Amino acid sequence: MKSIEELRAIREKMKQQMGLRNADDNDIRVVVGMATCGIAAGARPVMTAFLEEIEKRGLTNVSVSQTGCIGVCRLEPIVEVFVPGEEKVTYVKMDPSKVATVVEQHLVNRNVVADYTIGAAE
Amino acid sequence: MSHIRSHVMVCSGTGCSSTNSAAVLTAFEREIKKHKLQDEVKVVKTGCLGLCNQGPNVMIFPEGACYAHVTEENVTEIVEEHLIKGRIVSRLLLKEDAGPAATSLTETQFYRHQLRIALRNCGVINPESIDEYLGVDGYTALERILTEKTDPQEIIDCIKKSGLRGRGGAGFSTGMKWQFTHDATSEDGVKYVCCNADEGDPGAFMDRSVLEGDPFSVIEAMTIAGYAVGASQGYIYVRAEYPIAVKRLELAIGQARKYGLLGKNILGTDFSFDLELRLGAGAFVCGEETALLISIEGKRGEPRPRPPFPASKGLLGKPTLLNNVETYANITWILNNGWEKFAAIGTEKSKGTKVFALGGKITNTGLVEIPMGTTLRTIIEDIGGGIPGGKKFKAAQTGGPSGGCIPAELIDTPIDYDSLTAIGSMMGSGGLIVMDEDNCMVDIAKFFLQFCVDESCGKCVPCRIGTKRLYDLLDKITKGQGTLEDLDTIEELCYHLKDSALCALGQSAPNPVLSTLRYFRDEYVAHVVEKRCPAGVCRDLLRFEIDPTKCKGCTLCARNCPVNAISGAIKAPHVIDHDKCIHCGLCQSNCRFDAITKA
Repeated sequence: MKSIEELRAIREKMKQQMGLRNADDNDIRVVVGMATCGIAAGARPVMTAFLEEIEKRGLTNVSVSQTGCIGVCRLEPIVEVFVPGEEKVTYVKMDPSKVATVVEQHLVNRNVVADYTIGAAE
Repeated sequence: MSHIRSHVMVCSGTGCSSTNSAAVLTAFEREIKKHKLQDEVKVVKTGCLGLCNQGPNVMIFPEGACYAHVTEENVTEIVEEHLIKGRIVSRLLLKEDAGPAATSLTETQFYRHQLRIALRNCGVINPESIDEYLGVDGYTALERILTEKTDPQEIIDCIKKSGLRGRGGAGFSTGMKWQFTHDATSEDGVKYVCCNADEGDPGAFMDRSVLEGDPFSVIEAMTIAGYAVGASQGYIYVRAEYPIAVKRLELAIGQARKYGLLGKNILGTDFSFDLELRLGAGAFVCGEETALLISIEGKRGEPRPRPPFPASKGLLGKPTLLNNVETYANITWILNNGWEKFAAIGTEKSKGTKVFALGGKITNTGLVEIPMGTTLRTIIEDIGGGIPGGKKFKAAQTGGPSGGCIPAELIDTPIDYDSLTAIGSMMGSGGLIVMDEDNCMVDIAKFFLQFCVDESCGKCVPCRIGTKRLYDLLDKITKGQGTLEDLDTIEELCYHLKDSALCALGQSAPNPVLSTLRYFRDEYVAHVVEKRCPAGVCRDLLRFEIDPTKCKGCTLCARNCPVNAISGAIKAPHVIDHDKCIHCGLCQSNCRFDAITKA
């Protein structure tokens, strides 16, 4: 027997988990480069950090996926952010400590974190 | 808790199970574990997506990529490419004849014209998890009704105003049925709520798919119905031939009881309602409401005359509400989205959507849900992907053995209750069998009648003997022994049967005959007068001929003929002895030079 409050809690939890089943074109996509070069440079902890941060903030309009090598292996881990209707932003030399900033600044407030982008690295 | 980034949805309805989706599911779990992705990727068992001929289907989110015909061998590739490297394996994606493979299911021709209300959760949730049902706003309707102590009349009015009509076939107003059961009284106050899940029409599998993909929506709707009409016990009468549906219903009822959503004092209120399953043994007549209720009582399933209707005297003589699975599947949607939204879909007298099981000579065999009023052309050409093999569309059969055939010239008929009845067919439970030029309409009528002969319960004479006599007459025609008077006798017998049979089984059994006689009379006449079957189906009327200009004298046909009816010297044209020929067609299928014709 569950109380109404308990049912509501389950409903909210499941809703968040199942949110990613809405293949909505309006979602922001975070794509982590995870070819051999990316993984060797530490892409996995970066991706996990993104997943944790997104869940912590309860963002339902963001999906995280992986991709292969885009050719600039020396700048890995590389993360690309696609906001619908805007140009793609490429973050390079990412590490888990930078993730919270990107999520807060870019995904939530829609301000590109210029310091971490490929333009700043070159 | 783990942080899931991707959901792999493996269809495990009956269609995909038959192409071994269970092995695909295990393979995904194994491969994902091998690559240590189990904390990021979740494998979910789900219900029917509708594309049954493309199974096993696997959908991967967040991309929404839909893979078709997935085998165990493909799984390794999909995991390594898609789940690890993020590259969709386009080679394995669902493909449609027109255009490139769509990466998302909603972009396909098949889905573009559909509107999923009854099937809203099929293929979206795991039907074996009440938590996932809660995650799609499940049980919000019941929770609201019980906490706000909504007046039952208000619920009934909402259903009435939505214009929902029974999805089992006859199309009676659902709200009125609820009203009658609500208004009826019994001495001890006992009433029942029942669900007809005895889907028996050949070619129909809508109810099965709802139960397999979303059993909770039916259970929640029945609970609400119990509150609205004043019942505390319900029964779901489901066919034993649906083992997956039965298993998922049992699981769902168990989980709902555990959460306190079924049983005594639901959600801590004074409302109690419980459900039990009753398995049908496969008699078609038990889909008829009075026979079904008698069968629930444990007696032989035979219909009885109405009135009294079940709403006043049903199960065990008590007022009983009986609705079909698909009808219940619409209820919570209406209560959550409002009757106005539902009534805005469809035609003037048929509101909402209808699920159809597409079968027969059609490219996309499967399950579709369309707004009422969609034309047959849209269903067949756009959603169904047309007729395979470049053949021509001849007719569509709706409503199973109770329905009729819609000829090609009526392909622009909007699909709703009244339009279908007007052209001599009926909505039925939603089987839609497509036929091309290779189908003989007399043979089709005979097939459905044979079904009714077998399934007649035998209680009333018109059905027991009438269907048999009708069948004999049709059989005579397909054997080339019919006369033109027989056609008149058939028609007369059909009307007698319609007027005098006890239940809908007998009353509607002549529909396939009458509708084919109406639209394809020339085909009947060809059988009778010319002793010819235009479609080349009726065996006794076939005549095989060897074209001497094409025959190379290879002797292959002669060697394969089971009755030695073909003779001829090597390298010389062969001939068929028509007295010996049994019209089996083996010679034609063996000939490598296309020299044998069927007339």
